[in-house]
Amino acid sequence: MAETTDVMRWQTKPLECWRLAKEIREQYYRNYAQAREKGGLRWVGGAWSFGAIPCGLGDDVYGLTSEPYGATIAFNKDLALECQEAAEKYGFARDLCSYMRNYWGSVLLNKYAWGGPFPKPDFVWQDHICCSHAKWYQVVSELEGGIPYFCIDVAVGPYHERTDSRVEYMVGQMHDGIQWLEKITGRRYDDEKLIEAVKNEIRCTSLWAEICTLNKAVPAPLDEKSMYSLYVHLVLNRYTPEVVSFYQTLRDEVKDRVANQIAACPTERCRLMTDTQPPWAFLKIFRYMESYGAVSIGSLYTYGLMGIYDDQPDGSWGAKVTPMERGVAIKTRDQALRAYAEWTLAKPLWQHFYNPALKSRMMARLAREWQVNGVLLHYNRGCEGLSIGIAENRLALLKEGFPVMPFEGNMGDEREFDDTRVMSRIDTFMETLGLRKLY
Amino acid sequence: MITAGIDMGAKNLKVVILRDGQVIASSLIRVGFDTQEALDEGLQHALAEVGLSKGDIQRVVATGAGRNSVPGADDAVTEVRADSAGITHISPTIRTVIDVGAEEGRAVRCNAQGKVVDFAINEKCAAGAGAFTEAMARALEVPLEELGALSLKSQQTVPMNAQCAVFAESEVVSLIHARTSKEDIARAVHDAIASRITSMARRVGVEKDVALVGGVARNKGFVDSLRRDLDMDILVPPDPEFVGALGAALIAAQGA
Repeated sequence: MAETTDVMRWQTKPLECWRLAKEIREQYYRNYAQAREKGGLRWVGGAWSFGAIPCGLGDDVYGLTSEPYGATIAFNKDLALECQEAAEKYGFARDLCSYMRNYWGSVLLNKYAWGGPFPKPDFVWQDHICCSHAKWYQVVSELEGGIPYFCIDVAVGPYHERTDSRVEYMVGQMHDGIQWLEKITGRRYDDEKLIEAVKNEIRCTSLWAEICTLNKAVPAPLDEKSMYSLYVHLVLNRYTPEVVSFYQTLRDEVKDRVANQIAACPTERCRLMTDTQPPWAFLKIFRYMESYGAVSIGSLYTYGLMGIYDDQPDGSWGAKVTPMERGVAIKTRDQALRAYAEWTLAKPLWQHFYNPALKSRMMARLAREWQVNGVLLHYNRGCEGLSIGIAENRLALLKEGFPVMPFEGNMGDEREFDDTRVMSRIDTFMETLGLRKLY
Repeated sequence: MITAGIDMGAKNLKVVILRDGQVIASSLIRVGFDTQEALDEGLQHALAEVGLSKGDIQRVVATGAGRNSVPGADDAVTEVRADSAGITHISPTIRTVIDVGAEEGRAVRCNAQGKVVDFAINEKCAAGAGAFTEAMARALEVPLEELGALSLKSQQTVPMNAQCAVFAESEVVSLIHARTSKEDIARAVHDAIASRITSMARRVGVEKDVALVGGVARNKGFVDSLRRDLDMDILVPPDPEFVGALGAALIAAQGA
């Protein structure tokens, strides 16, 4: 153990690729806003939509994914409140998905979170992962004057139950989607660009799983609060070579941190994990827990929102071997779409839409393998999709012997987060874990 | 060794003074806007009982919602830990303690050493806290102190369906207009709170023996409802609202 002081138990240093991570994110939002100036196209859709597919329309096609955009707004409390009030004034109920309300509010106010008016999209490219997603872009399409809207249904059941016909159901829709894209944009579709984008996405999501697996190390090289700024590219533009390169750089840096016991949190004495999206306006809870020596090493959400995993030869959980590594041919449009559907269906966060027991199993495995001492469960009133079954997950984790602290909040609507009470609850949880404040 | 435990609750401030682990004085003061004034008054009352001054107290531990705003405290512990320490001192066989205060209800499961195993807190719903009984007593035009005894005279169970204190109040008004007796309405109120508290307690796993503490434990009607709902006997210590302050004073004595 690389001891430093009594309080600071481990050596630490900032991530060298932190600035690059911020720059890539800013560039993404600027690219979307400036797409028209470059003669390009803009599309909007969910972060889980098959974003590699519009890449076949050309290099000047830029997306804006809605959940991270909703989270960006949530982080800015004043803007979030403005957007929520605009959505409520329009007549949308307050208990709807808070990302969705933030997004709608931004459109209604014609205010882009990165400055200026909201850049109007040319078309909607969406997939249908939850009830909110089904309606989200129907409303956006209407608000934007009836822009074209395509949605892929992905409700084919959990990965372990997949069949050829279920995969075919998705691949068929993707083929239809490409024809639709050609029709509404008038552009000729380039399969080579599609193939490269699909491969990039597979590489990125595999690299992220590899990075998260490195966080099994004690001390953890990454803390969850920082990971929120690192995984974000996966929900923005994971199909670009630039993002592949970023995750390769990050993976190498994290490997180096593990080898040299460079901790994310120098006070690490206790390892926690969380669940679902955090209350974005209150990320200070993570730093507060560190004052007790408790670091959140991640969550099924942070790891499995985009990372793709599989059983490793030694029985542990780690990055799934990519189809390229397995020698699967991806040379045609159909092969690319098939590989894309197969790979994406393995996403951990898709599984528990079908049964909370699937999520419990993954959470318990994560807690065991990442040597977690306790779990914080966010009863996230802002996202019914990812919160469904959390009470069941709590029971399962308790049964496995992990102390659990649930707290109520909302990822995107700070009005539903009681700052003082949650902090007090954290104090209680820390006490039960036998921790005292270090500073 | 003389120690003090101060429980700065949402509504009342409780002080317990210990000498060598034995309670020698206590006081309860309503907390108004000026918490410092309540603190001074509460300490003064307790110390005056036994002819001591502030300087005689060797360690002070604070707990309660306002625990971090107790100047001069040597340490602050959460209500969950204080409750656990206090109740296991009173009755070492207690494994589950339910604390219902003015604005919050909580359930704590602890082991034989008084260590907290799991906890649940109802912090967002007034229908599971003392403030609810106050509102209902007002609606029934009955002094709060009489609400418990009144409900014990009830002849029939009247369901109260509202999940929210505000809507429950309108439900009480409807029951009044339906000429339901005050006794039955009082019991319905207590049954409703008990139902919420039981649900919360079951989340942490109700293990015998069970104790009920906090100001609402003074309400015999609520205790009766909770016993029926949990279907088990419940220990109510003699001064249930002081258990948290006692726990804090004990923790102060341990020097923790």
